[in-house]
Amino acid sequence: MSQVETYNYKVIRQFAIMTVVWGVVGMLVGVYIASELAWPWLNFDIPYITFSRLRPLHTNAVIFGFGGCALFATSYYVVQRTCHTRLFSDTLAAFTFWGWQLVIVSAAITLPLGITTTKEYAELEWPIDILIALVWVAYAVVFLGTVAKRKTPHIYVANWFYAGFILTVAMLHIFNSLAVPVSFWKSYSAYAGVQDAMIQWWYGHNAVGFFLTAGFLGMMYYFVPKQANRPVYSYRLSIVHFWALIFLYIWAGPHHLHYTALPDWTQSLGMAMSLILLAPSWGGMINGMMTLSGCWEKLRSDPILRFLIVAISFYGMSTFEGPMMAIKTVNSLSHYTDWTIGHVHSGALGWVAMISMGSLYYLIPRLFGRELHSLKLVEVHFWIATIGVVLYISSMWVSGIMQGLMWSAVNSDGTLTYSFAESVHAMHPYYVTRAIGGIFFLTGMLVMAYNVFRTVTNPKVIGINDTILTPALAH
Amino acid sequence: MFDNTLFVSSFWSWYIILLTVPGIIGCFWLIIWMSKGRSKSDDEPVATMGHVWDETLEEFSNPLPRWWLGMFYITLFFGIIYLILYPGLGSFAGVLGWTEVKEYEAEMNAAKTQYDPLFDKFKSEPIEKLAQTPEAVKMGHHLYMTYCTICHGSDAKGVPGKGFPNLADAEWLWGDTPQDIEATIHDGRNPPEASAVMMAWKDTIGGEEAVKNVTQYVISLNSNRAAEVDKTVAGKGQEVYMTYCIGCHGPEGKGTPAMGAPNLTDDVWLYGGSKGGIETSVALGRKGTMPAHGEFLGPAKVHLLAAYVYSLSHGSESGKPQ
Repeated sequence: MSQVETYNYKVIRQFAIMTVVWGVVGMLVGVYIASELAWPWLNFDIPYITFSRLRPLHTNAVIFGFGGCALFATSYYVVQRTCHTRLFSDTLAAFTFWGWQLVIVSAAITLPLGITTTKEYAELEWPIDILIALVWVAYAVVFLGTVAKRKTPHIYVANWFYAGFILTVAMLHIFNSLAVPVSFWKSYSAYAGVQDAMIQWWYGHNAVGFFLTAGFLGMMYYFVPKQANRPVYSYRLSIVHFWALIFLYIWAGPHHLHYTALPDWTQSLGMAMSLILLAPSWGGMINGMMTLSGCWEKLRSDPILRFLIVAISFYGMSTFEGPMMAIKTVNSLSHYTDWTIGHVHSGALGWVAMISMGSLYYLIPRLFGRELHSLKLVEVHFWIATIGVVLYISSMWVSGIMQGLMWSAVNSDGTLTYSFAESVHAMHPYYVTRAIGGIFFLTGMLVMAYNVFRTVTNPKVIGINDTILTPALAH
Repeated sequence: MFDNTLFVSSFWSWYIILLTVPGIIGCFWLIIWMSKGRSKSDDEPVATMGHVWDETLEEFSNPLPRWWLGMFYITLFFGIIYLILYPGLGSFAGVLGWTEVKEYEAEMNAAKTQYDPLFDKFKSEPIEKLAQTPEAVKMGHHLYMTYCTICHGSDAKGVPGKGFPNLADAEWLWGDTPQDIEATIHDGRNPPEASAVMMAWKDTIGGEEAVKNVTQYVISLNSNRAAEVDKTVAGKGQEVYMTYCIGCHGPEGKGTPAMGAPNLTDDVWLYGGSKGGIETSVALGRKGTMPAHGEFLGPAKVHLLAAYVYSLSHGSESGKPQ
């Protein structure tokens, strides 16, 4: 008797658990640095825990640790199940897991030590960058190799988004990280001046566009229809918004450099493309939301689906806000203020984190073959997280707009009305509110960690369904 | 004016144009293509595409929502019009002829026309008089809050012991006349390349022992600190002082304002007057710099700033802003 062929769930389980671990770590550091801004004595004059060193640790842990592991876990799950085939290579997949964990651990060690390239979201020094590149190429081989040996005639839409994200991030990471090493832990960027800035934001904004958007849209396209048990709303819409999104995002970077030494043409082009990006972004939102048409009542009883749908709502809100902030006139008020921080977090907490959480609640019981410990706790997590996001982004809106207005207010003699220190002083209550919002969100994550722990150790075994089935025929 | 387009050849200009224009046309083509054959009536049930993945995953073939399509067209047309009006397509400058530099210059000129007369009217007034004029002091205070608070603090009391001088007391390193203060702001003091700074003396005067000795002598110059002084050590230090320090700080240690050499006999210490603070100053030197603001602010604003700073130690209470 031939052995039944199965999917590789091992690497997915590993990544799924580490998603929760890095989520707790990254959000804890986030809460700490938010508190440092509200109460600077928390620096304790210890260089390793100052805001400047912990902030990149926070961003790396949540984006690459939490977000990255969530993407690895879900993409490996989705690509196998929708291609009806096992991963292209178990060995390479295992390498991506251990390699990626080594990257995050290296980040957690080097960044507090002050070892940094100073490029935002690309702070890690060249030896770690090389490791990232190797892991990423292995990831691309595993993912695309699996797609290539699929048993289905068509490639499911979620896989287009994952593939787009993997290929583009490889290109962005390699080109932005080109540098001349001067020692093992110090290098200088291969680009100079405004070109360095442009390459950096070409990378930086597409880290948002491809890592934090396209990848998570892949997640959406699998877990929303699965959890709702409904077909995806519109195939046509997915075609249009996929190709338009891929084409337009790559141009959006210059809106981070409005009114700087960047050439005029680059700024205008960046702004125009960012605005056109609104419709393709909303195409994804519509496709996710409308998948629920005909079963909206499920939202009342299913907290997992609620996580997914609220995430899509935040995605819609952030992708409306983004193009607006890319308009030069708006940008001249919002740039360099907390508004940007609020915008990023409405995407990061509201969209990225919540879609990942919903997907993990779907995934973990199936990966470990055990019943979810408590749906009630998922409900609790949902509400705590939502309150946290709302506190966070609303406080940053107010403080950001206030900063922008204070910085540009002038007296009748043309001098500035407020000194910088006065605007810092005015931020205090909002920084406190933001820290409280962060504590809510972290608490929700801890509830999730507990629930996941109880689930994977749950004595109620339901069995793992990892048998590869032949693709179903069309009805 | 520098070339803000930064193209090294027309190749790159065309490269940009040939990527963006067909890209935008491609967006149009994509939505027109995908809007074709939309279902005739809203009541008709929508079919799925006929593919199934992972047992249950299917896709409906719903048409693109009309309102969304409208929004897409509007943004595309906006983008096209914007790229015709403004620079964006390579080295094509846009029909409005707008540039960032022109916008900056226009705003700066408008501000100049509006605000310069307000400052210029005080330009020829003596600083002593301006320090008594509430309007002038208020304007000087505005400037102070923008440009000076980072180092000297919002109360102008500096950061004692950290090298940022107190501007509200009677102690002046570089002289307290209106002209001295104005020159300090306009030209700065102790630029990094200056020679007249407190240099590192440790090796020159004979090592750590000599540093300790001369510190004792310097402390002995202040009659209030007699209790701290070991007279024999101070005596040895006096020899060092008379050889190396006297040139700037003077025979009595009263300093030389023309050189910015501080008075060592009083209780005011820019870098800390403790034994350790003075020893560090002697051994390693001090390189505090007051940057020049003349070119950046212009003489009229410097004049008002000087009046405000002067008023802190010389003006009447009524002239001070709240």
